[in-house]
Amino acid sequence: MDTSRPEPQLSALYQELILDHYRRPRNKGTLEGATHSVALNNPLCGDEIDLQLRLEGDVIKDVRFIGRGCSISQAAASMMTQVVKQRRLADALALADRMSAMMHGDEAAARDRTLGDLRALAGVAKFPVRVKCAMLPWNALKDAVKS
Amino acid sequence: MLDAARIRTDFPLLRQQENKHRIVYLDNAATTQKPQAVLDALANYYRTTNANVHRGAYDLAIRATEAYEAARSRVARFVNAWAPEGVVFTRGTTEAINLVAGSYGRANVRAGDTVVVTAMDHHSNLVPWQILCQEKGATIRMVEITEDGRLDLSDFGRALERRPKLVAFPYVSNALGTINPAAQLARLAHAAGAVVLVDGAQSTPHLRVDVQALDCDFYALSGHKMLGPMGSGALVAKPALLDAMPPYHGGGEMISRVWDDHSTYNQLPHKFEAGTPNVEGAVGLAAAIDYLEGIGLDRIAEHEVALAGAAIEQLSRIEGVTVYGPRDHRAGVVSFTYGDIHPHDIATILDQDGVCIRAGHHCTQPLMRRLNVAATARASFYVYNDRDDVTALTTALAKAGALFGYVPA
Ligand SMILES: Cc1ncc(COP(=O)(O)O)c(C=O)c1O
Repeated sequence: MDTSRPEPQLSALYQELILDHYRRPRNKGTLEGATHSVALNNPLCGDEIDLQLRLEGDVIKDVRFIGRGCSISQAAASMMTQVVKQRRLADALALADRMSAMMHGDEAAARDRTLGDLRALAGVAKFPVRVKCAMLPWNALKDAVKS
Repeated sequence: MLDAARIRTDFPLLRQQENKHRIVYLDNAATTQKPQAVLDALANYYRTTNANVHRGAYDLAIRATEAYEAARSRVARFVNAWAPEGVVFTRGTTEAINLVAGSYGRANVRAGDTVVVTAMDHHSNLVPWQILCQEKGATIRMVEITEDGRLDLSDFGRALERRPKLVAFPYVSNALGTINPAAQLARLAHAAGAVVLVDGAQSTPHLRVDVQALDCDFYALSGHKMLGPMGSGALVAKPALLDAMPPYHGGGEMISRVWDDHSTYNQLPHKFEAGTPNVEGAVGLAAAIDYLEGIGLDRIAEHEVALAGAAIEQLSRIEGVTVYGPRDHRAGVVSFTYGDIHPHDIATILDQDGVCIRAGHHCTQPLMRRLNVAATARASFYVYNDRDDVTALTTALAKAGALFGYVPA
C-alpha cells in the first residue's frame, strides 16, 4: 500500500477548487461605502472573518471580506461572496440555510446549483469538527444584517 | 530509549483505534493518557476507602483522610517540597496560579507596582495577573523572547530594574518546548526583591523537579498532564508565605472557629482547601507519581529529548516546514508550520491516519503574535511514544503536502 496517498474522503475535502479559493480569494479586501459589517471569529481554532456588505434596498450590491484561518473557512468566505453578490438579501439568507443543510449531509442541497462553487464543500459534512469553519462566513452574513 | 511498546500495554486507551489506525497520540502537552495503575487507584478508592475527609470519627473516614494526606506527602516528596503542608491541592495549574494571584497578589500588590511575566507564558499564567493588575492599578511587564524562542535574559534583567513585586514564568514552554533556566531566573528575581512563581505544568511531567533547588516561592502543577486524573493538581509553596497569606476561598474545612460575623482559619494547608476536596484526584495523582518514578524521571526526560530531536530532524528535511523553538535545552514539544497549510487542516489530515496533534494558539496568543503566526501545529511526546510515532507523523504530513501540492502524491 502506498501510505503517502491521501484517502478518498480527504481528497473530497481538499478539492482543487477549494485550494484555489483559499490561495486566490475572490472579493477579498475592504469595501468602500459598506452599509453593514461584522467581525466574527471561531475561538476554538482562531479563524477570523471581517465581512462587509453594501445593501441597496433589499439587494446585496457588493460584498468583501478580510480574514485569516484554515482553507475551509477562507475558501467558504470567498465562495460565499460570489454567490450572494447582486442577490436579494432574503435569497442569500435562504442560501445560508441550504449551506447548513449541505453541511449536515443533505444530498439534495449538495446538488443545488444556486450554491455555485460552494458545492465543492459538500465533503466537509464528513468532518463534523470542520463544519463550523465552513459556516463561519455564513454566520457572519446573518450577524451583519441583524445589526 | 524507553521500551514504549511495553509501556503502551499499560494504557487501555492506546489499544484503541482512531479512524481504523493504531492511535498515535501526540497531544501530551494538552493532556496525557492514564495507565491501568491510575484507573485502578481511582476505582479502588471508591470501592474500599471513600468517605468525606477530615471530619468522620469512624474508621472508614479515617482511612479516606489518610489516603488523601498520603497523596499530599507523595506529591511533596516528588517535587522535594519544603513541607507536606506546603502542598495545597487544586484543580490544576490554573487554579494554583489564581490562588496566588487572588490571595498573595491581592494582599501584596499595590497601585504602581509591577508584575513580571514572559511572552511565552500560557494564558493561565498571564490572565490572572492581568486581572490583578487591573484591579490594583499595577502594571504587567512582559519579558521578550529571542529569535530562537528562548527567554531574552537581558530583557529579563531590564524588567527586574522596576523592582517587581512578583515574577512569574514557565519552567517549560508548552508552545515552544523551551526549558527555561528556572533556578537562575529565580535567583535574579529574588535579588531584585521579587517573589517568584514557576508554572510547572509542562516541567513536572517531563523532568526531575526539585523546588527547593529551584528556590522559587510558588510552584504550580497539573496532575492530568502527568498521567493523573483531570481536576487534580497542586500549588507547592514555602509554608511561611502561605501562612501569611489571606484565605482564597471561604467555606467548610478551611475554618477553625466561625462566629456570626467573622471566623478564624484552619492551619496549612487546609486554610486553602475550602469545601470537600478532590480526594479521588489526589489518590490518582499519587498513583501516577508512583508509575512515573517506576520508570524514572531522568529516563523519561532523555526519551522525550530523543524523540523531539528525531521529530525536528525529520520535519526540517521536509521543504516548506518551519520548526519553532530552540534546538537544544528543550523538552518533547515540537511546534511547526508547513507552508501555507493551516495547522487545522494539518490536524484534520493527520487525524485520518490516527495521528492526534494539536493545532491552534496553544493558549499563548502573545507568543503567536511574536512568532508572526496565527497558529502552529504541535506534536508533544511522552513515555508511550516511540520512533514509529515520529515516522507516522511525518508520513501523514506528506499526505498533507500532497493535498496542498507541496510534494507529488
Ligand atoms: C505551561 C502551561 N501552563 C498552564 C497550563 C494550564 O494547565 P491546566 O489547564 O491543567 O490548569 C498549561 C496547560 O494547558 C500549560 O501548558
